[in-house]
Order: sequence, then C-alpha cells, then structure tokens
Amino acid sequence: MYDGIVQDLIDELGRLPGVGPKSAQRIAFHIIQTETFDVDRLATILHTVRERVRFCVICGNVGEQERCAICRDPRRVPTTICVVEEAKDVVAIERTREYRGLYHVLGGALNPMQGIGPDQLRVASLMTRLQDAAIEEVIIATDPNVEGEATATYLIRSLLPLGVKVSRLASGLPVGGDLEFADEMTLGRAFEGRRAVER
Amino acid sequence: MRVSRLTLTDFRNYRSADVEFAPGANLLVGRNGQGKTNMVESLVWIATGSSHRVPTDVALIRAGEARAIVRATVTNDERSFQLDVELNLRGANRAQANGQNVRIRDLPRYLQAVLFSPEDLQLVRAEPGGRRRFLDELAVMRAPRLAGVHSDLDRVLKQRNSLLKSARAARMRPDDMTTLEVWDGRLIELGLEVLRTRRALVAELMPHVDAAYRLVAGDEHEARIELVTNVPDTAEEFSALLAQRRRDELDRGVSLVGPHRDDLELHLNDLLARHYASHGESWSFALALRLASAELLRDGSGGDPVMILDDVFAELDAGRRQRLAEAAGSFEQVLITAAVEGDVPEVLRDHRIRIDAGQVVNAGEVVNDGQVVEDA
Repeated sequence: MYDGIVQDLIDELGRLPGVGPKSAQRIAFHIIQTETFDVDRLATILHTVRERVRFCVICGNVGEQERCAICRDPRRVPTTICVVEEAKDVVAIERTREYRGLYHVLGGALNPMQGIGPDQLRVASLMTRLQDAAIEEVIIATDPNVEGEATATYLIRSLLPLGVKVSRLASGLPVGGDLEFADEMTLGRAFEGRRAVER
Repeated sequence: MRVSRLTLTDFRNYRSADVEFAPGANLLVGRNGQGKTNMVESLVWIATGSSHRVPTDVALIRAGEARAIVRATVTNDERSFQLDVELNLRGANRAQANGQNVRIRDLPRYLQAVLFSPEDLQLVRAEPGGRRRFLDELAVMRAPRLAGVHSDLDRVLKQRNSLLKSARAARMRPDDMTTLEVWDGRLIELGLEVLRTRRALVAELMPHVDAAYRLVAGDEHEARIELVTNVPDTAEEFSALLAQRRRDELDRGVSLVGPHRDDLELHLNDLLARHYASHGESWSFALALRLASAELLRDGSGGDPVMILDDVFAELDAGRRQRLAEAAGSFEQVLITAAVEGDVPEVLRDHRIRIDAGQVVNAGEVVNDGQVVEDA
C-alpha cells in the first residue's frame, strides 16, 4: 500500500477494464515520475471525450455528432446493414475495407445472467430502421460464442418475417494458418459452411 | 503410452522432485501424508487439465510460492514429447507441448491416463452428477472437440435458468417468450449432441464393463450400465416436451428437461447397485468402470492409456488384489501408490519408488523383502 493519493490513483486505474493491480501501479508511477508525460493533455482529452462523444442516433456507433461518420457518409451503400455487438466490432470490420454498407451496434448480446434481454439492446431501433424499404440485406456479425449465437438466432427469428434477406458471417479457418493446427470446433464449422466451387 | 519422466517444482508438498518411471508397473511407496497421491495428482492434472481432488488449483501450489510447475516426458510408440504445465496463483495457468503453447483444454490430446482412486466408490454410491462426469470425461478423452460442446451446454443452461428465474419474478411477457425459445433452440441442439455421444459411449462401454466386473469380482454376477434420460430422440419431440413442461419450468425457475438430468444407472444382476450392492461389490463396480474405460481407450488411436491405481489395494481383499494386478499388468504402464508395500501383489513390485516428506528417496529395483522401511 502506498500513501493516500498515490494509492487512490492506483485504485482508480485498477478499476479500468483490462488493467490489473500490477499494470495500474506501473501506469501510476509512469504518470508520477516521467517529466515529459503531459498529464494536462490526458486530463483534457478525458474531459472532452465525456462531453463530446455520443452514440449515433441511427446505428448506435460512437461519434461526435448526432449521426456517426459512417451514417453521414453518402458513399456508403444504404441497402445493407451489418449488425454487431459493440462499437469496437465496427472498427474491426472497417479495417478489412471489404464492407461498404451501414452498421447497427446492439450494445451487447443476450445475457440473462447479466439481466440483458432484447429491451436492453438496440433491437427495437433496428426494427424501426428496417421499415425503410431501401434496406435489402441484414448481415449478422455477432460473436461466435454462446451469447452471440443466441443473439443471432433471436435476430433471425425477428427479421425473417419482415421479408428482408438475412445472412450470417461464415466461421471457419484462420487465413495463413495450417489446417492441421485448427481445432475440431473450427474445422467442423468450416466443413459445415463449405462452398461449392463455381465453374 | 507411458510417462518416462516427471519433474515437479513447488507442486503440493514437493519443492523439487525428479523421477523416472519404468515401462510396466511402478510402485510409489511411503507412509501416509508423504506425497504419493500428490505425485499422481500432478499427472492427472497434466492429462485432464484439472485435479481429481480439489476444484481449484490454489491448493496445488506449495504454500508461499507463486507458481507450481509440472513437467512430464511422455513416450508413445518410441516417440517422446514433453508436456509442461505452469499453475499460477495469480493469472492464468499455462501449458506447453514440446515447447509450443497449447490450450489447457487441449491437454487430453497429449497424455491419456485412467485413474482409479478411493473416491471412485462415490461413482457407484453418490448422486448422478459424478457418473455424468465420468462419461463426459471419457468422451472428451476420445474426442477432445466435445469439451467445447459440454462447456457451451453448461453456459446455455445457466443463461436459460437465469431467464426462467427472472421471468418468474417479473411475470412472463410475450417478448420474454421469444427469448426463451431462442435458448430452447440452443438447448435442443447441444443437448441432443451430448445425449447422442453419451448413448454411443455407453453402448461401446457396456461389454467392457461386464467383462471387467467378472474379472475383478471373480464371480458370474452380471454387471450392466444403462443411460437414463428424460430427453426425447428428436429435436421436434424435445421442443414439444419443453412446451409441455414450460409452466413447471417457470414455476420452479430451473431447466427440467435436458441431459443435465441424465443418470448412468449401474445394475448388478438387474438390481440398482447404488441401493443393493455390498461394499465389496461397489468397489468391484467402480473398478470395472475404470478398467472398462481403459480398455476402450486402448482400442483408440493413442495406444494404452497410463493406468494409475491410487491407494486402492488396501481396500481390496486378496482375491480382488490378485485379479486387479493381472488386469492392470497388461497395460503398457501402471503407476501404483501404497502405504504398505505388502498390500500390492508381487507382480506389480518390480520398480519401486520411495517417497518421504515430499522427496523421492530412492528409485529402482526392490531391495528388501517387501516390508515398508520406516526409518528411511
């Protein structure tokens, strides 16, 4: 234990996700000891982030305006919506530069143990968006775990009656890996999702 | 396969130990509380990714230390490879096979071991949970992929139970109903897969159990195992049954239909062993289940599993000891622990390892007349 305020800082940093007690201590001493470390800049940006960042009214992605950068971009294909759990999933998909459509961020996955049902997710606003006839396809890109799969199933059940085309991301082999090292679960999924070769 | 060498660092009461095991029988001998079972427990961990004695790993790390390390050299078909496991007081445990990181849940791929210990009497006597675990662990050893299916099913059941409980508290609305149906779908899918693997396993295990029971008990009693389940055969029937039980499930806030309520019933001459078997018969049945799993694994691709007999000879009468020795002696390697060397039949005493206060005192050929040396 350190004296008063130093320990307060370590405790506060330790509350952040992914920061354990040791990392918290390292960061705290970095802030305290390094002369070049601009504390004011960090403090300012933390404040500004809290003030300026908000969730896009359309898709739930993070941004600085009422509508996020993607929803505002006229070059995006407005007929496709990709549904993800978190804003960080948007970033991951954007990195591929393969997808040019819009997004919808649910804000999590169905998780009864944590009290998260459809009402706690942005499901209703997704349904509202689909009343716009321009949308032709919904791509479901929830995590491939128990909660993500359940969320996908729930969405599929709700979306299919609307007559919109629904697809799911394929799961399969990691690119650049060796077939022999893939675990059976992944390899099994890859077999299930195999594609016929087109002539 | 066999374990040719085992090195322990800060595991249980071992500060540091290094022992070589021979092919065939290895007898770990020493007074009670010296660390014989601890040594085989380390092998069980490296074979399964968990201890058979304690649910958390804290107790496995020597008091005051931050980590325990278990290293085993495994020989299979004249090829050797090394398995390393690091158990950490803080942070995740780590495993390596030949220096490459592997997931803990993939450990059963590398070393297959069948353990028989005094706790196994509970397999026969206690609640169905232990028997389901027996089946599932064996299934995972034969098809490691199933570990993922089992953990997904557990997760789905937890989520579904939470939903049932909260729905009970807050009155079920139509929207909750839709969510429940989603979890039903996952329960049906995973539940049927678990049921099918258990059924197939029981069918394959059955003849081995019968033969193993006759072998160890030395009589003509008929041992039979049967999977009892409330899960119907098809997804449609499963779904209909869930609909039928919905009100009960909501009233009680738990999942009432599914493989989590299966039991592996053990019958001796058509009587339920749990209710009718004598002490000796229960022991024979537990032993028969373990021997049968070893036989089944032997038929698989990994060669003979390593047979571990932890402190069991003291519990058996002379006839059973002799017959168990014959059955176990046919495996490529058998590790036996005993406090009294004389309890273990002569044929299993070729290679003796003395353990005293967390140290390997000597290893090698039997040098005395088989009596325990108390003053080592």
